[in-house]
This record gives sequence, structure tokens and C-alpha cells, in this order.
Amino acid sequence: MKLDINGTVREVEAPPEMPLLWVIRDLLGFTGTKFGCGMAQCGACTVHLDGQPVRSCVTPVSTVGTRKVRTIEGLSPDGSHPVQRAWAEADVVQCGYCQSGQIMTTVALLEQNPSPSDTDIDAALSGNICRCGTYVRIREAVHLAARLSHGGGK
Amino acid sequence: MTLTRRDLLRTTATSTAGLVVAFHVPRVARAAGPAAPPLPPANAFLRIGADDSVTVLLAHSEMGQGSWTGLAMLVAEELDCDWSKVRCEHAPAAPVYAHPAFGVQMTGGSSATWSEFDRYRQVGATAKDMLIRAAAARWKVSPAACRAAGGKVIHGKDELSYGKLAEAAMKLAPPKTVSLKEPKDWKLIGTKVRRLDTPEKITGKAKFGMDVQFPDLRTAVVARPPAFGAKLAKFDATAALKVPGVEKVVPTANGVAVVAKHFWAAKLGRDALKIDWTPPEGGGVDTPKQMAEFHDKAKAPGAIAKTKGDIDAGLTGAKTKLVAEYEVPYLAHAPMEPLNCTVKIDGDRAEIWTGTQFQSIDQMVAGAILGHSPDKARDKVTIHTMFLGGGFGRRATPTSDFVSEAVIVAKAAGVPVKVVWTREDDIHGGYYRPAYVHRIQAGLDDKGRPVAWDHVVVGQSIVAGTPFEGMLAQHGVDSTSVEGLVESPYLESTGAVRVSLHSPKPPIPVLWWRSVGNTHTAFAMEGMIDEAAHAAGADPLAYRLALLKEKPRHAAALALAADKAGWSSPPPPGRARGIAVHESFRSIVAEVAEVSVENGRIRVHSVTCAVDCGTAINPLAIEAQVQGSVAFGLSAVLYGKLTFAGGRVQQSNFHDYPVVRMWDMPKIDVHIIQGKGAPMGGIGEPATAPIAPAVANAVFALTKQRLRTLPLKLA
Ligand code: FES
Ligand code: FES
Repeated sequence: MKLDINGTVREVEAPPEMPLLWVIRDLLGFTGTKFGCGMAQCGACTVHLDGQPVRSCVTPVSTVGTRKVRTIEGLSPDGSHPVQRAWAEADVVQCGYCQSGQIMTTVALLEQNPSPSDTDIDAALSGNICRCGTYVRIREAVHLAARLSHGGGK
Repeated sequence: MTLTRRDLLRTTATSTAGLVVAFHVPRVARAAGPAAPPLPPANAFLRIGADDSVTVLLAHSEMGQGSWTGLAMLVAEELDCDWSKVRCEHAPAAPVYAHPAFGVQMTGGSSATWSEFDRYRQVGATAKDMLIRAAAARWKVSPAACRAAGGKVIHGKDELSYGKLAEAAMKLAPPKTVSLKEPKDWKLIGTKVRRLDTPEKITGKAKFGMDVQFPDLRTAVVARPPAFGAKLAKFDATAALKVPGVEKVVPTANGVAVVAKHFWAAKLGRDALKIDWTPPEGGGVDTPKQMAEFHDKAKAPGAIAKTKGDIDAGLTGAKTKLVAEYEVPYLAHAPMEPLNCTVKIDGDRAEIWTGTQFQSIDQMVAGAILGHSPDKARDKVTIHTMFLGGGFGRRATPTSDFVSEAVIVAKAAGVPVKVVWTREDDIHGGYYRPAYVHRIQAGLDDKGRPVAWDHVVVGQSIVAGTPFEGMLAQHGVDSTSVEGLVESPYLESTGAVRVSLHSPKPPIPVLWWRSVGNTHTAFAMEGMIDEAAHAAGADPLAYRLALLKEKPRHAAALALAADKAGWSSPPPPGRARGIAVHESFRSIVAEVAEVSVENGRIRVHSVTCAVDCGTAINPLAIEAQVQGSVAFGLSAVLYGKLTFAGGRVQQSNFHDYPVVRMWDMPKIDVHIIQGKGAPMGGIGEPATAPIAPAVANAVFALTKQRLRTLPLKLA
């Protein structure tokens, strides 16, 4: 089947029920998207399908169809996306394992809601677990990213 | 996308061109005898490229705590290099990287910064000395007439960058001694420095163990015993082998591994195995029964950990006597990255890629599986430390459980294999923070001050049966089970004290868990002190300060946290505050939690922390570690609990083993006390312990319910 991922159409051979996560990681080699729970609990595997954040660990690859898949690798080649810049500025990461998912969720949030409140952030990001507990700085970084995006920083 | 770490290293080496100072590991550091060389061999810890890049090799694994930045700061401070040119790499497993205090290559005990403070600074100073001498030789001037700054050696109008001098410098004999800068001359230490690993961690480029890929690598998922104490009887792999992509099914020490082309096939194959397990002898652990036994044991003293005065007379003579029992459950670490380990075996050699906190032990254990002595294992087993997607202690197992299993699987399968654990495997896989019961009898005098303190602790020893037993346990007392109690500052002026310990041995693998024994001792101790304060009708802060007159650092931390939290003014309506202070890993942390109850649930609104960790290297990193530790501890306060039925763990994933999420997260303020001359402490763990008592004490202040069991549940 064909998969439109990060702007390139790739041919993959995968059983239809295989979760998109493992197609992305094990068959296509994009390892930035992470496995944390396998049951839509932690958000580490968050990618975008046509801009919508989804949990790729529970998304059978056969359901993707022609929708465009975007992973962390597709965000920017060099970390220059406003959300990534905000993450760097706020010194968010610790172990870093959850951060691709946190960033992908945030990008989708800001595309829908350019100036989220703390409550909006709680609602959007509570599906993304961070065992290192970087939540305080994530919250700061989301606000900062919103400001950077407004400033035409894209 | 599928570069292996080895490829990466090769690429790095070639892209920084031919003048990279060859890195080699001197093999003599330890073998030569007990006398350590006066200075660390700089070339094992530092590489300066022709492009002026400065690469610091880390003896400690980066698992979120920030050693990737902190240790590099120590080198850079003395090297006077250009910080923007500094990068890090994990060191390979070799004796020269042994922990300066613990003797093996490992990461843990909140020790990376204080234990490496001298060594990494000496590396920088040594290299700078050699660079200056190289420049002086080239200019034919005296080294004393040259100085170094910003990655250059300067003499009058002449200057040469480190990159241009590196090759010549490394040919010079290293200095016998170096002098380190006075603290007043520090430019980098003590300033807020952002992390060096951010660029790769925000772009998905960072390579964790899970991300290791190379062309002939297979993935394995392992069926392990469903209950602790269960044994593999027999298995039928027919259905598993029919799953497309599954290539092999091989037995492990006490399980069955399914080896496949990719994770998904391996997982389906594992699920299709038919396995007969022999149930645990005696039926396995049942939580209600076990906890009843623990409470029973707590009624009588155990092995003595500390004793002074006459405890019986002290308790009898006390004006009032308080008796309370505290309880905490088993906990999984649940690091965000599930365990995994990649092994490639070539004849009698093994190459291992994994996120580990315990390189030396892994190397030895892996070597033993291939028939090598520990000495030989150092030559035959190569370890590539990948980024750790969290550790919290789980990636430091004295048995090297996840590494040894992968070696066994790779050996049996005859192909390179990455063993991947699912989240369920992780939650079920053991090596938990043990459950503990504390029974405390406190005798108070007429002013409400403790005069007699009888404290019985019941819980599994994490070091029993491990190579660490000799070092950490004496006379039947595992020091990690009672840490934070025997040296409690509250008991110093108490006349009669007895701390004793029962260490039952149920068949459940247990381990250190961020902040180790302090996770339960601080909860019990600071809870009981709060009870004593209320019994005395005293303000919890004032009561503590009165007891801590001889402990200025504890008192200062308490006072600062209380002040910043607004302790002296009433909290907003419907809220209350609780306070706690605890010393661990040489650092003192005081926390004030402000809580409310919303729809019958405890909600923590803010946590104000005051931290005394001695010399503060990087305030930004300290703040992050404190925030993270509070969050980690809060998961145990609000949610964390594993239970057993017939030796089976009854939880399996984040839906029934919940952890703190964004919506639970309080505002956290961190105030750092620059310790004046105080020895440096750790910062990865110490803020974990005080959060449980701070929240429980706040809940009491709000509801008058004294909750003595974690996770906290309102009646
Ligand atoms: S791995 Fe998909 S939500 Fe956790
Ligand atoms: S940074 Fe480690 S899990 Fe989020």
C-alpha cells in the first residue's frame, strides 16, 4: 500500500491491521515517533493525519488511506518550527522520550487554537504522559510557542 | 533513518576531519593497583576536533537528569572553551569510567555532579594546560606568558584556536598536577545553562535504545512468567510460527522469545504462544494477606538499625504517647521508554546497545553468558549506551535482567536481536519499589516534644542477595530501608530512640526507585512529626523549627519554603497547606503543598520548594529536576499502587496504573539556597521524598483526616 508521509509517498508492505506506529518505525525507519503504551494512554506515538493528532499505536495502517501522515521528522528539518523553538527556549526536555508526542500534540492544538488558556492546554495535553514530569515547562513552552507563532515566526 | 550508533560514530569521526584527537581508553587505571592516578587521563574524557569542536565523554548515562549538560559544564569551565562548540557522547564501558565513589561504571544515587566535580574539572584543566604548552612551543615563548580564553590560546597579538593546537597538545606529557579555578572566577558554573541534548530531542533525532536499527536486526518479544514464582513447564510454538514475519521461537532462562522481522509480528507471535506455567509454590503473594502480615510483624521490634537510651522507660515516662502505622505499596518505575536491549553476537564477542544505568554490571553479566570471566568480559563485550527514556532506578538492576535476557535470546536465535518489552511487560516485570509498613510509637513530653521514639519498619530489602548486599547491609539491616530515619534530625535531641527493621523475603523482585528508601521514610517520619505538632497544638512549621535549632540548613530550607508559600497568611478559602523537609543524597529539600478537595478528589494546586544542594552548578537543571521529582513523587501520592493475586500483578498499563498528567500538575516554585561552603549534594532524587508528607499534611489541615497510606484516599 501507499503511505503519504512527511511529503513523500512511500510504498509499504504491511498487514492491514498493523498499527501505523510500527509501520512508521520498523518499516519506514522514522524512529522519532515513540512507543510508550500501545493502547492510546500515553501519547508518545502521536502523529498527524491531515493535521489531526492521532495515536498511531492504535491506528491500523489500512485506515490511513490517502490522508497525509506527519511525524516529528516532518515538522522541520532543523528544529525551527515555532513549537520546537519554544521547547528549546523553555529548556523543556529531560529524558526526551515523550517529547515528540508532546510537540506533535501542541502543534495540532495551536493550529486549532492559536492562543490556548491553561485549561485548554490541560485538556489538549493530558493525553500525553511525561514520566520525567516536564509538565510545568511544557505549559510555559506552549504559551511561548503561541506567541512565537503570532509573531509570524513560522 | 536507520543509522546505527556505530555508523553515527563513524560519520562523526569522518565529518570532523582527520585531525580529531584519537580517543583511546587507557586500560591501566584500575588494573595497575589501588593507587588511582593523580589526574584522570584527559584523552579518555575529552576530544578536541580540528573544527574546534569539544566532545566530552560521559561516564554517566543521560536519562533526563542533565548530566549531558552538567558534566560538560565542568570540563568547559576549566578548559575555557567556546560553549557553543561543546557536545557530548556516552563513554563506552571501560574501567577508566568507573564511578569515582562507587567503583563501577554506573549512574545513580543522585551522584553524577558531586562525584565528578573534581574529575571533570581536572580533565578540562589538564587539556588547557597541554593546549597552552603546545601554543607556547609553537610560538617559542614561555607557557606562563600565554593565556586561554574562548577556545583560543592567546599571546600578545597571536592567537591559535584549540582545534589548531589539539593534535600537538595531545602528544605532550600531561601535567602532574593542575590547579582549579577559585569559585569566584567561575564563568559557567552557577549560571543558567540550557541543555545540550535539546536539538536532537525536539526533532526526533535522539537515539534511544528503542531506536537502534540495522539491516539484519530482528525484534523479539518475550513471554515471561505470569506470576512471580511461576516456572516455564512447556510451550507450543506452532501458532506463533504461523504469524507472518515470525522467524524463530527460542526459550529463555524462564520464558519464551518470539523473534520476528519487526515488533508487531513478534508481539502477535508472542500472544499466539501456548505455554504451560507451573504455578508458584505456596500459591504466590496475595496483597491483602501480605500487608496483614507486615502490620503484624510491625508489632514487635526487628533487627536494630539505631538505638539510644532506654526506649521502654522513655515511652512509659512520656506525658503523651502517639501510635501510628504508615503504609506504602509496591510501585513500578514505568519509565516512558519501555525496557529494551539490542545484542549482536559474533563468535565469543557481544555488542550491546541499550539505555542502561549499570554498564559495568551489564558487561560482566553478558560476558558470563558467553563464558567469560569479568576481566575478559571487558574485552569481549562492547556496550553502546543510548539515551535512556527515563531510568528512575529501573535501568540499574544488579541482575542486569533486561540485558542478560537479550544476550540469551540473541545467542539462542543466532541473529542480532532487539528485545522489546511492552508496557504490560514492564508493569508485570518486577523490580519494584517494595511495599513497606512503619509502626511508630512516639512519646512526647509536657511541651509536646518527642522524648522517646520507637520506629519499626517492615519491607523487603532491595539489596538482599545482590552484589551490593555487603556494601549496603549490615547485621541484617539494609541501610536503604531505613535511610532518612536513622539519621533523622528530629531524633537527635530525643533521649530514647529505637529504629528496627524486618526484611521479609516474598518472591518479588525489588529495586531502588527514585529516592529509594526516602520514598517511604520521609512519608512516615514527616507525617508523624506533623501528628506530634498537632498533638502539641503547635503550628507545624514552628514545631519543626523548634526541634531543628541545631540544624540550620534544615531550618533555613523550611523557613524559605514557608515564606515563599505565604505560610503566615491564610490560604485561599477551601484550601490548606502542608509542609515537610527531608534530607537525602546530601541535599535538603523543604516543600509546602497547597491542596483542596474537588469532587472528593485531592487536588494539589501548588508546591513551593526550597532546595539546599550545596554548590549549585546549573540552576536551570536544578529547577527541572525538582519539578520532575515532585511530579514523580506525586504520582505515588495520588495513584501509584501495584497489587498481587496469586503472585500475579493485577495492573498492566497506564489505565490501571495511572501516573500524573498535565491536568494533575500543580504550579511548582523552586527556590535554590546557594549553600555557602556546604558540600555538594545530589539533585535527581531528593525532591521526590517530601511531596508525600507535604500533601498528606495539607490534607489533614484541610479535612482533619490523617491519611497514613499511599496512595492517599479520602474516607
Ligand atoms: S504508545 Fe500510543 S498512546 Fe502510548
Ligand atoms: S521527558 Fe522523559 S518522559 Fe517526558
